[in-house]
Amino acid sequence: MFEISINGNRRQAQVDGDTPLLWVLRDVLGLTGTKFGCGIAQCGACTVHVDGSPVRSCRLPVSAVGARSITTIEGIGASPIGAKVQKAWLDLEVIQCGYCQSGQIMSAVALLEGNSNPDDEAIDAAMSGNICRCGTYVRIREGIKRAANGG
Amino acid sequence: MVADPSVSRRDALRAAAIGGTALLLGVNLRSASIAAISGGASATFAPDAFIRITSDGRATLIMPQTEMGQGIYTALSMLIAEELDLPLDEVTLEEAPANDKLYGNPIFKVQATGGSTSVRGYWLPLRTVGASARAMLVSAAARRWRVDPSTCRTEAGEVIHDASGRRSSYGPLAAAAMRETPPSAPQLKRLEDFRLIGRSHRRLDTRPKTDGSLRYGIDAMPEGVRFASLACAPVLGGRVERVDDSQARALPGVRQIIVLNDIVAVVADTSWGAMRALAAIDIKWRDGEFGSLSTETLREALIEAGRADGNVAVDTGASSKLSGEGVISEFYDLPLLAHAPMEPMNCTVHVTAERCEVWVGTQVMTMTQRAAAEEAGLPPEKVVVHNHLIGGGFGRRLEVDGVRKAVRIARHVDGPVKVVWSREEDIARAPYRSLYGSWMRARLEDGRPVAWGHKVAGPTVVGRWLPPAFDGKVDNDAVDGAAETPYDLPASYVTWVRHEPKGIATAFWRGVGPNMNVFATESFVDRVAHEAGRSPLDLRRSMIGKHLRARAVLDMAAEKAGWNDPLPHRQGRGISLQFAFGTYLCTIAEVAVDEDGAVKVLRMTTAVDCGTPVNPDGIVSQIQGGIIFGLSAALHGRITISNGRTEQSNFHDYRVLRMNETPRIEVHVIRNAEPPGGIGEPGTVSVQAAVANAIYAATGVHLTRMPIDQSLLAKGARA
Repeated sequence: MFEISINGNRRQAQVDGDTPLLWVLRDVLGLTGTKFGCGIAQCGACTVHVDGSPVRSCRLPVSAVGARSITTIEGIGASPIGAKVQKAWLDLEVIQCGYCQSGQIMSAVALLEGNSNPDDEAIDAAMSGNICRCGTYVRIREGIKRAANGG
Repeated sequence: MVADPSVSRRDALRAAAIGGTALLLGVNLRSASIAAISGGASATFAPDAFIRITSDGRATLIMPQTEMGQGIYTALSMLIAEELDLPLDEVTLEEAPANDKLYGNPIFKVQATGGSTSVRGYWLPLRTVGASARAMLVSAAARRWRVDPSTCRTEAGEVIHDASGRRSSYGPLAAAAMRETPPSAPQLKRLEDFRLIGRSHRRLDTRPKTDGSLRYGIDAMPEGVRFASLACAPVLGGRVERVDDSQARALPGVRQIIVLNDIVAVVADTSWGAMRALAAIDIKWRDGEFGSLSTETLREALIEAGRADGNVAVDTGASSKLSGEGVISEFYDLPLLAHAPMEPMNCTVHVTAERCEVWVGTQVMTMTQRAAAEEAGLPPEKVVVHNHLIGGGFGRRLEVDGVRKAVRIARHVDGPVKVVWSREEDIARAPYRSLYGSWMRARLEDGRPVAWGHKVAGPTVVGRWLPPAFDGKVDNDAVDGAAETPYDLPASYVTWVRHEPKGIATAFWRGVGPNMNVFATESFVDRVAHEAGRSPLDLRRSMIGKHLRARAVLDMAAEKAGWNDPLPHRQGRGISLQFAFGTYLCTIAEVAVDEDGAVKVLRMTTAVDCGTPVNPDGIVSQIQGGIIFGLSAALHGRITISNGRTEQSNFHDYRVLRMNETPRIEVHVIRNAEPPGGIGEPGTVSVQAAVANAIYAATGVHLTRMPIDQSLLAKGARA
């Protein structure tokens, strides 16, 4: 039995300690906003925040979470920067199929939490681990800049 | 807002839809059945299969096409709402249930979303639906007010009679409007009267995509669901020979291990539990006849097939002029490609003795229903398909192979089971975009082609997927972009050789036939320009002749890209001009090639004329995304086969474009009053030739194959 803090709530999961956090969120706790894309930390669809840092949840065993707090896409709107990014994504029509966007938004928020005015190089560095097959990169870049400039 | 896909609502909808008016087919099907249903729902205005307005004013639009990111929910809603004068901000959208008669794509005649056909097909039908409903609401109001209907107008969900100052929103008119007779030929708005069409509208499907609340097929969680992972035979036609599952059985959370002819599946309490157990099973496969298949043998077979003359698609007197002195020729070919949508293939199924329920995101509702029915051994009407918004289609979800496999597994499971493909399984055991080859020939006189030959070889995906659309002679998709070019060619000879690669399942892939044909045509135009000592832009201008819309996109792209601006050493610009999917489009790529041959795409400039724009920002989005999809193919895309097995497995070795490789992309939309053209695929199609031609300009190396082979481009290397 593991007890973890997700979006400010204590949640319990009766799983094997090896189980990646991704599958605990999705299959056990029903938080399906965090997406499975590759299983090997290559695509970023499963990005969550662990104590504010972006982490690929497909490679994070639930036993390694410990007392750290997890934020998922379902909870990111509660932070001012999270809400700004979500709004910028809608205002600029960033989203197409949307499947990767949970991870894109989590990576973008983490970037902006640490760098309030990222340049193109910083955006490349923070976002190149998140794949989008619809090809929304142009607008993701604009969306980050929009959110950085007050939304 | 996207509707919560609850079962009860869906069933209600289905009941209503079946009794509705099929304006699409021009047949009034309003029958006794709807009267019977409307006993309980008499306050609902449901004039056809697409519109429901309840007396409290709630409006629901039924979406016949699948939303997979292309923005079709928004565009189709705009078509209805434009003519109905319905405010779009509060509408509810629902996916249509499986029903070809009511929701068949007007172009394919079956319920399918693909080929950039949705707006083209529904441009008039859905506007007619909206106009007809509007006329019925107006009639109802006029009758109530005892005024002439022609003295009433509509605006933002209200009927208004200006002379008396009376107005009513649509809701209170719903029941009365239902008793009105639909007009036989409702008046459509003139283009200049449009309030929605032609102005960018916010997308209607995206808000729940920002907070994780949208449920894709992979997020379906029916009560009691268990999770399955599967391994399919690595070689097409292969079989399971033997299985040692002793270790897997001992792992926690494992419920069932299912061994079928060509599939091994594990059912467990979590997807992870299933994947881990599957990896612990020692499976010995028997490969069958394709166990020695390789990329090389596949390509040799394609080239061998290309020796045939092929079936004639166009012959305007060129065939006798395409040999001998003065003729240049070139062979172009494309590799196998996987679709690799971000949402891995998945399908949730619950099979019982009487019924089969399927939760999936599919581009083909009725094909999914029929496939599930066949595998479950039930009649199609016993299969309920819950379609979901799709996390990337690109043609992959026009196929129902995954549905079949999931149902086969689910037949052995008591209760619902969600089958999720690992990314490795998704990439390595998929139907692929086929390899294709194009043999180009041209006779030049006075620096321009006077005879043009294009022979293309590849499979007919249409022939398998939609047999009635293939006449057995020429596959129109396979020659799209070749048979009709943006040029006035004095004489052409275009043929198609049907070549079904053995040992590979083939599928549509974003851009379909034109991917090969436009790559070959536009690359070869640059080859001709080189031979004739002319600029690629000037040669194209001289070849365009009467195709004024082609000239407009070419000229605009050239101007916006700064075609004549000087570039540094080993940088170049390349043009690709096309007419396909009813849309004219020109892309100009700007690239830099370093001394080692590494290519950096700096900028892509596109001008597009897709006729009357419906949602202009959606058009820009589709071109931006389409170009990035095409760049993935041009720079990285390649599936290779060895010993019958795919050599790629995940995003580390099947690379796709990332943020740091993404160039500046500019899109310029030319507006006119022509009927809409398709927009999902044209951007992708334009990339390969534009980039290859830019590399040609930068290095003098004419690339004839994709993806780009950097070793040919290193300084001093020869192609």
